[in-house]
Parts: sequence; C-alpha cells; structure tokens
Amino acid sequence: MRGAAWAWMAAIVLLGAPAAAAQDAAGDGAAVEEQSLWEDLFGPTDWALHGFYEVRAGYRTRKDPYQKDMSLMETRLQVDIDGYTDWADLKFKGDVYGDLVDEQGHFDLREANIFFRPGDAIDVKIGRQILTWGTGDLIFINDLFPKDWQAFFIGRDTEYLKAPSDAAKISVFSDAVNVDFVYTPQFDSDRHVTGERLSYWDANVQRLAGQDRIVHTDKPDRWFRDDEFAVRMYKNVDNVELAVYGYWGYWKSPAGQSASGAALFPDLNVYGASVRGTIGEGIGNVEVGYYDSDDDPGGDDGRIDNSQLRFLVGYTQEMAKDFTAGVQYYIEHMMDYSAYRASLMGGRARDQNRHVVTLRLTQLMMNQNLRLSLFTYYSPSDEDAYMRPNLHYKATDNLALELGANVFFGDEPHTFFAQFQNDTNIYAAVRYTF
Amino acid sequence: MKRLMMAVLSVAVLWTTARTWAADEPLTDVQQIVDKANVVAYYQGDDGKALVEMKITDKDGQVRERRFVILRKDQADGGDQKYFVYFQRPADVRRMTYMVHKHAAIDKDDDRWLYLPSLDLIKRIAAGDKRTSFVGSHFLYEDVSGRSLAEDTHELVETTEQHYVVKNTPKKPDTVEFGYFTVVIDRKTFVPMKMEFYDKNDTLYRVIESKKVEKIQDFYTVTESVVRDLKSGGKTEMRFTDVQYNLGLDDSLFSERYLRRPPREAMR
Repeated sequence: MRGAAWAWMAAIVLLGAPAAAAQDAAGDGAAVEEQSLWEDLFGPTDWALHGFYEVRAGYRTRKDPYQKDMSLMETRLQVDIDGYTDWADLKFKGDVYGDLVDEQGHFDLREANIFFRPGDAIDVKIGRQILTWGTGDLIFINDLFPKDWQAFFIGRDTEYLKAPSDAAKISVFSDAVNVDFVYTPQFDSDRHVTGERLSYWDANVQRLAGQDRIVHTDKPDRWFRDDEFAVRMYKNVDNVELAVYGYWGYWKSPAGQSASGAALFPDLNVYGASVRGTIGEGIGNVEVGYYDSDDDPGGDDGRIDNSQLRFLVGYTQEMAKDFTAGVQYYIEHMMDYSAYRASLMGGRARDQNRHVVTLRLTQLMMNQNLRLSLFTYYSPSDEDAYMRPNLHYKATDNLALELGANVFFGDEPHTFFAQFQNDTNIYAAVRYTF
Repeated sequence: MKRLMMAVLSVAVLWTTARTWAADEPLTDVQQIVDKANVVAYYQGDDGKALVEMKITDKDGQVRERRFVILRKDQADGGDQKYFVYFQRPADVRRMTYMVHKHAAIDKDDDRWLYLPSLDLIKRIAAGDKRTSFVGSHFLYEDVSGRSLAEDTHELVETTEQHYVVKNTPKKPDTVEFGYFTVVIDRKTFVPMKMEFYDKNDTLYRVIESKKVEKIQDFYTVTESVVRDLKSGGKTEMRFTDVQYNLGLDDSLFSERYLRRPPREAMR
C-alpha cells in the first residue's frame, strides 16, 4: 500500500498533476485504473524509497547591519524515490524545508527524471537533473551547469552547491570518442548571491550591501529561445582522461548591468579542454576554458563582463594513511583589459589576472567515521581568502553530526571573497538518513 | 585377447592410481602453492559477481553494516583486473559506485574512481596506502583486492594432512604495519583458510578466517569470512551471496558510462 502511494506520488510528478486531481475526486477506483495506465507505460516497476531528515543551524560570527544574526535555521526532509522498470529508471528527489531565517516553507524539487538506454551505445536522461563534468575541485571552468552559491556559502551540505537543470542529456558512446549533449530549453541560472541571505559588494554604491539592496535581475527566460546547449567529447586513453567542451548560453551569474540597473546574464560561449591522469603517486589535472562574452566582443562595453581565459592545474595525493592533500592553481585572465579600463564607469578596477590557489586537506579517523576537512581558497592577487573547515561524524549508519564554518577574509571589501566577510558563519547539523 | 585386456586394465589402473597418488602428493614448490592460492582467492573464473554484506563490530560493540554488489573481470589469471562496486547500504552511500582498474605490476598504482550521485560527480581517487581500511571495515583494501605476491618472500613452513602453511615476509618491511603473516592453505582446494598477521615484535594481532567455503559453478568460493583485530577487539564479518562466475561481462562495463549509471547486473 505504501509502495503504491509512493508510486502515485512519482506518477503525479511524471505524468502531470491533472491526473492527481481526478484520482482525488474519484477515489480508489481511479487509482486502480491509473495503476494500469502506469503498467501500460512502464511495465512492472520496482520502487525504492529513501531520504533523510535534517536539522541545520548557523550563526554569523560578525555583526552585519544588513542581515539577521542567524544565517541558517532549517529542518529539512528529503524524499528520494527510485523506480526501476524493464526499460527505464525513474527518479524523484525533492526537499521540503522550513526556514526560520526567511520564515517560509519551501519545496525544492532536486530531480524528477527518466533515464533509458534506447540503443547499445546511447543513454538518455530527460527531466530535472543534477549535471556535473570537468576536473576542478570546487572550481568550475567547463561545468556551466547551475550552482547554488548561496547554499554553499551559508553552510548547507555540499550536495546543494549543484542546483538542478531542466534538461535533456543524450550520451553517445563509441570506441573512437564518447559525446554528451545537454540541451536546456530555458536558461537555468546559478542561484547567485542576491543580498537576501548574504551581503555582497555593490559596485553601484561602492559599499557592502545586503537586504537593503536586493539584486534585481533581468533573466533570459523564453522557452526554446533563451536556451542553453552544452557538449562534451571525451576519451580515456590508458586511463588518461581527455575531454573537450563547448557551451552556448549565458553567464550563469550576473555579469552585466542594464541602463536601468538590473543585473544581466549576457550571452556567453565557452570552449575548453581538460586532461586528468596519474602523475607519480597522485592525480594531476589541467583544465582550460575560453569565455567568449558574446555581447561584449571588444571588451569595451563597461556594463558587460569582458571575455576571459580561465586555466586550472591541480594535484591530489594521499600523504599518509587516511590523509589526503589536494592543491590547485587557478587563473582568470581578462582578454581586453585596456578596453575594460577605458570603459570603466568609476569605482575600483579589477586586476587583469585573478589568481587563486586552493588547498584541500582531508583526514579520516575512527574507522573512517570521523572526517576532518579543510578547503581553502586564497587569492594572492586579490589578497582575500575563503576557508571551509568541516567536521563530519557518523555516529551510526543512519545518524550523522556535522560542524563547520565558512570564513571569509580580505582587506579590500570589493574583492571576490572579501565582499562576503560579514557573511562569515559557523553551523551545525544533525542528519538522519533512511 | 584376455591377456591384452588384462594388460590394458592394469595400465589403466596403474595410471589412475599414479594420478591419484600424484594428486595427494603434497606440492613442495612454495611459489606454485601461493600462485594457485592467489588464483583461487582472487581470480576464479574469467569474471564474477557477488552481493557482499559486511557487519562491522567496533571495540565498543557498536555494529555498522555495509552492503554492495561487486563485479569483477580478469584480464589474466594473476594479472590485471577491473572491479566495480555498487553500494546499497548504508543509506548515505547508497548508489555510490566505485571502480578500480587494478594493476598487478608492483610499480604501477591502481586507478580508482568514485561516483557521487547527488553531485553527479566523478572523483578520481589518488592511489593510496593499500593497507587502509576498506569502507571503514576491519578488512583492508589489500585484503579485498589481493596483495601482490611479489611484495613478499614466501616460505613453506609446514605441510599437514590437509593444509600448507606459508610464511610471507615483506620485501620492504617499512611500507607495511606487519612483520610477517602466515597463510593456511587447503591442500585440496587451495583456498586460503586462515591468515595470521604478526607485528614487528612477533605478536599475533590480526586474524582473517574463512568460515564457509562453497563450491559454486565448480569454483571453490569463500562465502563467509571474518577478520579480527586482536588489539582493539573489533571484528568484521563478510558474507557473499548470489555468487556467479563467467557471466561474460564486457570490458566496457568498467568505464565512465557505467560508473555514472551502473548496469542492471550491478544494481540487483
């Protein structure tokens, strides 16, 4: 009975809500009918229900005149349903959470998709899904799928850094090369910093701002016109992973401003490549991407971000038993810097090159049930830093406790990490997984 | 005619007896013994599948469980192998997949990948100390995937009615935590029945025992084993069910495609 109820829930998501209304009105008789419609479509289906219940709380360690002291205070239920039929895998994953910071209840549909293998060499996944590719560790060059920076900075689980895409992914496999195509019919932007939960540097008023100056955006949102297309071609040669990437869409976070002051997501095309493989006793990776800011080809439009070249090199190695260290060096290079300087409408100019070094340290203890980790971003050019210490303890197979912080440093409040210094927070969480 | 029959018969009997006698004759070449035991323990069939359940009991008596499906394909007996591990339990690691391209050559590290479904992320795992716990159990990575025979010198210390006892001493003692270990190998099946690890002070501190051996598709298979940490008092029991050999697994299963979306064989 419970299985049927969950089947029904997934059916609502996949087949549409109107059927649900009919079922409610007609009662059990209709349910039987719908069940057979399900059987007609999908055949016999095995269901699995999982999820977690979590309480998470966080507090700002510095006084922020534009935000509440409480940075996080939420209880969350994630329901994760898998359905396996003869020809397809169905997935539904949704979060219901009550948030005491914005004093609202939320529903965040993380995944609702269907996966199938129509041929020996083709995989298809359609619907709401989480998408990731590329080689960086918490640095993304060719992964232009939406990120939730807000969730990341306020201390939600790292899972939430990836925001879902409403997309179709088609993968074609061959001995020569494998290709992934991802089509997103309506632009999915990042869940970027808006001032609602996190304060930021507002260049218009040249100061830190928050709830007093919420970012208003003008987002491309026409179906099938304001769309995104991403492609990856990859091959594994003796376990050296080679890939080239292409993206045609928009800057994922605001990268321009209209005359009326709305934040814009200008056109962006990205072309890149990556290599990852074993070097010595560790794993090395190199990734590069050219960001072609298509609405500002010469770089002389002061309202729209310049084109960039982004480059990343990384190396990870186990230094001792259960202790791993990973370093990365990353650079963002503005292509038309003199044009940018000439077009600058007041305010502080950015450097032509933004350098960032990251260090990840992970120590496992107590039969791998306790994980201590520290991820640090440090920019020698901006002279700012962002540290993410985290302690994760699995008290039992089902119960996990977590303690962590998001710490932002910097002398100049307009630099990338320093602008969030008043958002520095500590957080704790308890999660029961089932 | 009768004489000829008798002659043929006696030759046949003699030949059979000789064969039987030869089979009972214990091997004396230790390399031959450890080679056979290695194949029996880690390379049965050309490929294999099993549902593995672990019960980890820590020193305080707290119990944790692991359940995963493991797929294996050999490139050659005693040589390179590919592994695919699909986690089912506990719930927080459910649907994670772990892939290993194991290299038998002593100077070549294994290639390992981990797929995290909630992030759709493939992490490449740096080759680590192989004597690190496997999934938080008392089994070590090396117990599960096999320790290269070339790492140790082998010495046949005893041959009993039923067993060979082989002492294994590491060639590079500073790379491992043990001083030496002994393996009790069944003379008939070549299944390693017991491994005893001694520390550098010659004190026994760790024991792995095969508790149940079954013949599955003509292959002797350890379906129940236990490892005990005598110092801490913790133990891990491991049980194999749904064991199948020679499924005809394709090499392409052990690739990024199936890491992101495991084959149905692995999920059930």
